[in-house]
Amino acid sequence: MGFERFLFYFFALIVVVAAAMVVTRRNPVHAVLYLVLAFVGSAALWMLLEAEFLAIALVLVYVGAVMVLFLFVVMMLDIDVAAMRAHFIRYLPLGLLIAAIMLAEIVLVVAGPHAFGLEHLARPEAHPADYSNTAELGMVLYTFYMYPFEIAAVILLVAIVAAIRLTLRRRPDTKYEDPAKQVQVRKGPDRVRVVKVPVEPRVVTEKGEASPAAGGVEAE
Amino acid sequence: MISLTEYLILGGILFSIGVAGIFLNRKNVIILLMCIELMLLAVNMNFIAFSHFLEDPTGQVFVFFILTVAAAEAAIGLAILVVLFRARQTINVDDLDALKG
Repeated sequence: MGFERFLFYFFALIVVVAAAMVVTRRNPVHAVLYLVLAFVGSAALWMLLEAEFLAIALVLVYVGAVMVLFLFVVMMLDIDVAAMRAHFIRYLPLGLLIAAIMLAEIVLVVAGPHAFGLEHLARPEAHPADYSNTAELGMVLYTFYMYPFEIAAVILLVAIVAAIRLTLRRRPDTKYEDPAKQVQVRKGPDRVRVVKVPVEPRVVTEKGEASPAAGGVEAE
Repeated sequence: MISLTEYLILGGILFSIGVAGIFLNRKNVIILLMCIELMLLAVNMNFIAFSHFLEDPTGQVFVFFILTVAAAEAAIGLAILVVLFRARQTINVDDLDALKG
């Protein structure tokens, strides 16, 4: 049992246990944190498969952005956990049954007589030390998959606009600026208003100090 | 040495756990979204395993696109969830029956 095999089973066990925890935890915050653990374990497995760029992208994009977003929403919403778990036991047999059937089907297809074992599909030679997975992926991505890549960018833009528009809320007590009115302002009459103010008479008090007229306030 | 079969079985186990999670937590929309993420992770695992054993980077490009779409889906789904909670003060699936579906 080589070291690589040990690493595979170690991380696979972590991923499976974390995934099982995700679907059975009572507290959604714990579920999100176990999902983070599952993603990190998967990133380690992808490293074993020499997909370094995607492994790091999984940690950065998924753990760093998407899971934090999940955590934000879970903590922001005041969820009644007890009501959510009301029928957990009732659905348990059906869920386990369907999952077991699906797993049995997958295993029958994958590990049948013509399985993808090493005798049928040999493991490729390891890449040399100066091999760059990122460069290879970039070569393919920016040539053959240029249009899908740009479509992916547009999808992200649509997601940004949709998420912002959905959660935008007009509050009555918030002051908004109208950019259209702002750019329509003309230099002369709209910005500067010249006001004629009469000169206040200076009065001399008994001590001889010159002070502004006390009537200034009263004149208003 | 690890064969492709073991990676595929791992992907199958992950996918089955995701499916079971959808059945178990059918009240809680947030957990449902997380189960979908789990299933997408299983699919990505299969793509990368095939990509490695067939020595073809196309599988990794597909995983790249799946990650992009999954991120967009999570962002929009959570935004809808926030709006829903603001309007109804609940995200329980059973309470969301305004359309009488």
